[in-house]
Amino acid sequence: MINYVLRRLLYAAVILLLVSMAVYAIFQFLPFDPAALTCGKNCRPNLIAANRVRLGFDKPVWEQYWLFLSGIFVGRDYGVGSAAFSCPAPSLGYSFRQNACVTDLIKQALPVTLSLAIGALILWLIVGIGLGILAARFKDSPIDTGSTVFVLIGTSLPTFVTGLLLLIYLTLKNNIIPLNFDGYVSIFDHPSKFFIYFLLPWITLAFAFSAIYTRYTRSAVIEISGEDYIRTALAKGLKPKVVLRKHTLRAALAPLTTLAGLDFAGLLGGAILTETIFDLPGLGRMSLKAVNDFDLPVVLATTLLAAAIVVIMNLIVDLLYAVLDPRVRVG
Amino acid sequence: MSIEVVEGSSASEPLLGADEELKGRSPRELAWRRFRRNKVGVIAAIFTLGTLLSSLFAPLICKVLGLDPNELHLDQIKVSTGLPKAYLGGISWEHPLGLLPGTGRDLLSQLLYGSRISFLVMILATVATLFVGLLTGIAGGYLKGRVDATIGRVTDFLLAFPAFFMIVALAEPLVDRIQRLGIAQGNGARILFLIIILTFFGWTGFSRLIRSQVLSLSERDFVTAATALGASRSRIIFHELIPNLWAPVIVVLSLSLPGYLTAESVFSFLGIGVQPPGFTWGLLISNSTQYVTNMPSFFLIATVSLVLVVLAFNLLGDAVRDALDPKADK
Repeated sequence: MINYVLRRLLYAAVILLLVSMAVYAIFQFLPFDPAALTCGKNCRPNLIAANRVRLGFDKPVWEQYWLFLSGIFVGRDYGVGSAAFSCPAPSLGYSFRQNACVTDLIKQALPVTLSLAIGALILWLIVGIGLGILAARFKDSPIDTGSTVFVLIGTSLPTFVTGLLLLIYLTLKNNIIPLNFDGYVSIFDHPSKFFIYFLLPWITLAFAFSAIYTRYTRSAVIEISGEDYIRTALAKGLKPKVVLRKHTLRAALAPLTTLAGLDFAGLLGGAILTETIFDLPGLGRMSLKAVNDFDLPVVLATTLLAAAIVVIMNLIVDLLYAVLDPRVRVG
Repeated sequence: MSIEVVEGSSASEPLLGADEELKGRSPRELAWRRFRRNKVGVIAAIFTLGTLLSSLFAPLICKVLGLDPNELHLDQIKVSTGLPKAYLGGISWEHPLGLLPGTGRDLLSQLLYGSRISFLVMILATVATLFVGLLTGIAGGYLKGRVDATIGRVTDFLLAFPAFFMIVALAEPLVDRIQRLGIAQGNGARILFLIIILTFFGWTGFSRLIRSQVLSLSERDFVTAATALGASRSRIIFHELIPNLWAPVIVVLSLSLPGYLTAESVFSFLGIGVQPPGFTWGLLISNSTQYVTNMPSFFLIATVSLVLVVLAFNLLGDAVRDALDPKADK
């Protein structure tokens, strides 16, 4: 087991390194002069040249890449003399557009994305698994039909349509959930405001995901209920509830951890659409804004962060899966 | 019924002459019969076909109805608000779905013409995905060994890539590159970018599915028999393997068509896809959100059109999958 974990860790590190190289290379070979992008309309040749040296764009590509990588572990200093400034480790670069270290920007945006993703995950797991089990238990009943309709609508409505509909009809038109002008508040400072702030974004995200999870749970539970060991468990007199909880669900839900882990990882990288629609200052909106502003260091950092989250989550999910499902052999 | 039960077993490949006595049906015929019995699926199929045809013949339809997507009807627009003067967003016999606010263009013709780019992206991206996925899937599953391992690593690598991010991040620079290379200009370059990038990140799942199918197919007796008879590699691939892969191909078609349609509208919505004066469904929806409180009909018509088409694709996909699954017939 330890051997397996070590090997997977090494593999994950290699993949991350490759992804970082690829992303860095892609942004290097773009037809832009990064130094010329630092000053926008005020650009003069001497300012561009000065910024080029200050931000290290005069160095060869491989050296820039090395500085970027080492910056993650030891921090990074820019400029010399009185104009010098530094971004402490873990440094992911310096945004010349916003005049801030990228790490600080991410530190501001991450709690928002994290709150959004965790809340949505909880909501869609409860709704998806719950409805899936109900639909399977009461197969061909009105509940089952209802869940089928729910699944169809959920999978057919794109997130941005759901989000817009909710925003328009619940907030703008009928004012059921009041519009929030205060911006993001931490759950620890003001729980009720926090919940109101995130309620619609959570529902929006969870709607699409819970439909997929309902469909999956329903078919998995129905399939596993036909297995011999379930019949055995029932035949030896176990209560149906116990069989469902201990035998059916355990087998049905183990693969769901993989799915949930990867979906969650995808959201942590930034739910670009949901954050854009509800104007949440998270990672997704940050990177979309960075793209539109040609703020390359931010784009690079958020892309790498998203990749890192996916790779790490993949690892966690695989390890978790081995624990949850004893049939899976690692090694 | 009793004949159909036979289908799952080995008797579905009858001995010579057996079909004369039993009048056996091929799996394809059985699937077709099952599909025809599914009313929802048939309706979804008709709706899908109708939408695709009306998109294809949009110029003809607009000519017959006397609509022009680019004609401005400024006389029917209130100068103060930019909204259509008439009730319900200007819905009338002349303009069945009303007018666009601001410019007074006809909404129905905009939807019809707009669907052409949306559907073009959807279809070309799906075809490209199928092509790449089939190629890599068959290569990996049939050749095995080093080829398989390489493709597997590339897939792992691509799956670790945050695709949505990369699409957003690379849109401007790559479109710029395409334009400089002189392959396409303006919206053409943007459409090309969408197709390329959607395919680039989309083929991996399909490739894995095909690979697993090919792996199991190539262990089957008829492939072994062909190999034993001295059939060449290309003969086995084109005559033995590919004809047996149409079920997963159809499943992927039914999943990726609505997926790519939504993707196109999402990227247009975010301002990454096609730009005005071109128009697609995503752009129409994005445009309609600005008028949502004053003129909800525009927003509703645009979004409901998209959702209806996606829903029809999904229902059709479900029906086809059920029809292809011999176990679904009880």
